[in-house]
Amino acid sequence: MKKTQDKHYISRSESSDIAKQNRITIKELTKRNASYTRDDYVTQMKDPKNIVEFENLHTYFYTDNGVVKAVNGVTFEIPEGATVGIVGESGCGKSITSMSLMRLIQAPAGQIVDGSIRFRSNVRTQIGKEPIMEEQTDEQGNPVFVVAKDKLGRTRYRKIYEEHEEVLDIAKLPMSEMSHIRGREISMIFQEPMTSLNPVFTIGDQLDEVSLLHINGISKEQAKARSIEMLQLVGIAMAEHVYKSYPHELSGGMRQRVMIAMSLICNPKLIIADEPTTALDVTIQAQILDLLREVKHKISGSIMLITHDLGVIAEMVDYVVVMYAGRIVEKGTVEEIFKNPLHPYTVGLQRSKPVVGNDVDRLYNIDGNVPNPINMPKTCYFKNRCERVCDKCKGDFPEMVQVSPTHFVACYLYNGKEKN
Amino acid sequence: MSDLIKTNELESTTVSQEHLLQITNLRKYFQINKPFLKKNRVFLKAVDGVSFNLDAGKTVGIVGESGCGKTTMGRTILRLYDVTDGQILFNGMDITKLKGEALRKVRPQFQMIFQDPYSSLSPRLPVGEIIGEAVRVHSIVPKSEYKDYVIDIMRKCGLQPHFFGRYPHEFSGGQRQRICIAKALALKPKMVICDEPVSALDVSIQAQIINLFKDLQAQDNLAYVFISHDLSVVEHISDQVGVMYLGNMVEFADKKDLFANPMHPYTQALLSAVPVPDPDVKMNRIILHGDIPSPANPPKGCKFHTRCSKCMDICAEVEPEFKDYGNGHCVACHLYSQGENNNK
Amino acid sequence: MKSKKDEIFEQTEIQEESVTTTVAEVTEDEELSIEEATDRTISPTRMVLKRFFRSKLSMAGLIILLVLFLFSFLFPLFKFLPFVWGEQEQDDSNPVVETRVNPIEVEGEDGTIHTVYVVEYFYRTNYKAPSATHWLGTDDKGFDVFSRLMYGGRISLTVGFVVVILETIIGIILGGIAGYFGGWVDNLIMRIVDIFNCVPNFPILMIIGVSLEAQEIDGSAKLYIMMAMLTLFGWAGTARLVRGQILSLREQEFMLSAEASGLPVSHKIIKHLVPNVMPQLIVSMTLGLGSVILTEATLGYLGIGISPVYATWGNMINSATNQTVLNLYPNLWIAPGVCIVLAVLAFNFIGDGLRDAFDPKSRR
Repeated sequence: MKKTQDKHYISRSESSDIAKQNRITIKELTKRNASYTRDDYVTQMKDPKNIVEFENLHTYFYTDNGVVKAVNGVTFEIPEGATVGIVGESGCGKSITSMSLMRLIQAPAGQIVDGSIRFRSNVRTQIGKEPIMEEQTDEQGNPVFVVAKDKLGRTRYRKIYEEHEEVLDIAKLPMSEMSHIRGREISMIFQEPMTSLNPVFTIGDQLDEVSLLHINGISKEQAKARSIEMLQLVGIAMAEHVYKSYPHELSGGMRQRVMIAMSLICNPKLIIADEPTTALDVTIQAQILDLLREVKHKISGSIMLITHDLGVIAEMVDYVVVMYAGRIVEKGTVEEIFKNPLHPYTVGLQRSKPVVGNDVDRLYNIDGNVPNPINMPKTCYFKNRCERVCDKCKGDFPEMVQVSPTHFVACYLYNGKEKN
Repeated sequence: MSDLIKTNELESTTVSQEHLLQITNLRKYFQINKPFLKKNRVFLKAVDGVSFNLDAGKTVGIVGESGCGKTTMGRTILRLYDVTDGQILFNGMDITKLKGEALRKVRPQFQMIFQDPYSSLSPRLPVGEIIGEAVRVHSIVPKSEYKDYVIDIMRKCGLQPHFFGRYPHEFSGGQRQRICIAKALALKPKMVICDEPVSALDVSIQAQIINLFKDLQAQDNLAYVFISHDLSVVEHISDQVGVMYLGNMVEFADKKDLFANPMHPYTQALLSAVPVPDPDVKMNRIILHGDIPSPANPPKGCKFHTRCSKCMDICAEVEPEFKDYGNGHCVACHLYSQGENNNK
Repeated sequence: MKSKKDEIFEQTEIQEESVTTTVAEVTEDEELSIEEATDRTISPTRMVLKRFFRSKLSMAGLIILLVLFLFSFLFPLFKFLPFVWGEQEQDDSNPVVETRVNPIEVEGEDGTIHTVYVVEYFYRTNYKAPSATHWLGTDDKGFDVFSRLMYGGRISLTVGFVVVILETIIGIILGGIAGYFGGWVDNLIMRIVDIFNCVPNFPILMIIGVSLEAQEIDGSAKLYIMMAMLTLFGWAGTARLVRGQILSLREQEFMLSAEASGLPVSHKIIKHLVPNVMPQLIVSMTLGLGSVILTEATLGYLGIGISPVYATWGNMINSATNQTVLNLYPNLWIAPGVCIVLAVLAFNFIGDGLRDAFDPKSRR
């Protein structure tokens, strides 16, 4: 028996240690999550202009290979009406950040370990109920309003809610509360328009379902009208026709339009677009980006745009957050990031992408691989790929340095260059 | 007119020796139904008459959107599919009709790198075996040098020698693509067809792989057919660029020519649709309306006329010819052929 | 110690003394670099084993199977133990014949009373109740049931394995050919598969069983014929599975890539396709084992399977067809029944466990 193995593989004892440790931690976290009460999750915003504030968010995955620190201390905010773009390569935690916001992290392996996500929510509380009135025509053909009955002849009621604004910490919110926020206040557009629609229902069914679920007391006819209105809003010419078709009858671009329509039904405050154009062709991408911009003006909400394409970011967003291996390396307005990139990673990312009409002989490249954030040492994660690495980089995580009111960078090169 | 014919003849007789790859009027149809009667057969015209030449040590870039037949074309050139019509001359040898053992014997000379580095590596073979398997089968090097040769190739492609015994699923996308490149290069090919080799990779890794492609080309005088939907990548790596739409080549020109002076309306729209990573650039974008028509049922006449902003009456009727308008800048569009006809 | 070994390993493997050893030393001194530390994974075999052993059911299945194997293959070797008997070793220690004379008085025609002596013969029975020497008693021929259970296990398990392995070999070859070449070959093979699937195999097996009985073919020949028949009716499913897998694998890019490298057909099938079908095959083989044992048992119960010269769990239950045995001697048929249930359950547990372990989607 050859005992010594390649260090690449985790040994049996290490592996059982990991499994044991994971079990203990997951148990503790589950217990802690169950213990949160209302006092824990109702908080205050730091800046009332923001719609979402992430603070020191840590989302970990407890896997057989060790703890994957997918999101490891992320702090940024989404102002009302703004578009915030998150850029980074695969495994940098950009999608996990948005999934934490939607609480779509798969427990028990995935857990929000620390930090808070503050969201300005319109909380609804039921204060009573009233009968639903239906429009009918009497014998003379005049419209009259009658109390709506269900099949058994009982009166149908609509719940009356009172809405008030409340700041909730989504990281601590119980799952039951989350369903009021999902789809109604925050909606999501996914990367794969092929798989994010259910193939056995028509587009209409799937759109109506959202309204029926989230809009109070809406009737089926109203839901249909709203669905068609939304389809028209996203620039689908034959809305009635599309309403009746099945997802497989539509092209990728059309499906993505339908997804956008679906996300708009409840007038959400925030739309999370997770790589909305990655699976599409360039000419279709141009259409969809155009549409997203238009839609944002119409609904006056915020958009959180997740992408790896710097071109899309430059075109679409107001604020940029650059992530690397679960941490933010730089954030600022779009001008600051593109005109004055500070972090070596941001610089490298911009220089390594060839640009049409700007031919260089050799592309700049960042050596090494995108790390998988398991067992990362507590130093700057970019250290071993960085060409401007210095002695200080051996130390702890670099702190976020503020170089302008909106521009932050996490790099030792800029320590002491703060502008306060 | 007679001059034109003469030059054409000249090209076909003398130039055929020079070009490494010469593709004439290549067609690949897939039958999509199995009717009882022969006349009811329906074909998907994936590649419908494509011609271009490639010289040793040069790169031809092929751009187009999904469904335009660029992948099918690449695979047909490699004879992974049978050719419906047309001719493929590789190194002066007609490989259009080669079959079985004869085809297998020439395969090492032209290799392919696939788009998805995750599915293009056999999951149950170690890396060394993946790269070296075909080397052994074709006896590229003597048996005694086999292992050294494979490790040498791995190092050339930026893979550490101790990866030899590992399995593909342990690697990241970039490293897997390096394995694919090593696998292709190990057979000492003259030409490599790269089918979207970087589109599944991260930006910083893309640059590494593109640089690797360029380095290897300089070292081994490789010729590439570089298929991609990403115009910026194609511009960076190619010497000549072809634009495809629904199985047809609509424009083919030198890189500089094509990007500076795109002639076909589709090329123009494609170029303007690329997002530029600069917030100040506000382009007046040509937004194409509608979707790409299904290749099983393409529009009559010019296939692009349904989405074209400069569509004329003739476009819906007559298919435009693919013609050279000087400097090897070939376009298939009525906008230009009309002017010429009028001159006559 | 470990570091030295590592160095040697690297040197011999790669013959790249100067470069790699220095690299190794550096990383040994410091901690692992960022790239190496984050690159560590579980090796693929351990991953499968880990997922397999995580499931309690598959562990239970494995233990049951192990016990059954030891019981049937190892236990009969301990002949010196008082309760271990040979397969054909009769215990006819029951009293030979017993006669009882009962006088009955019968009235004659003329009114006189005669005494008639009726002699009752009680023939020897070999049935014995469970005791210290016969843990489960003996059957009608005086064979020790407990020992026959072991020998029966040997035959039942062996039949299962042989049949499944034969089925798999035929299935891989025919399914592989059909899947890889397609066209009329595929059509032909799949139609044969269809025929085998729609022929009712039980009636046919019964007819064969009965006709073999009638021709008085000896026990071992009958055993082989039964195995052949079970294989003949079982390979179709495997062939269909292999063909389906190969059809989907053939469309994968790595097969195109193999084609582009100019690898010969045999090479492509053996090195690229078959290893990728193996996980599903192993799962279907394990699940198949259970069903073969069950089929054999059913035939045995109907008395048309393997002849009673050889004990199998199936033909041991056959004793329960006798009303007296069913009522009075449950020790004869409960034990083999339990063995069959345990074996089939164990194979199913293991099969399910393996399927989960091989399926990468179940990775947590």
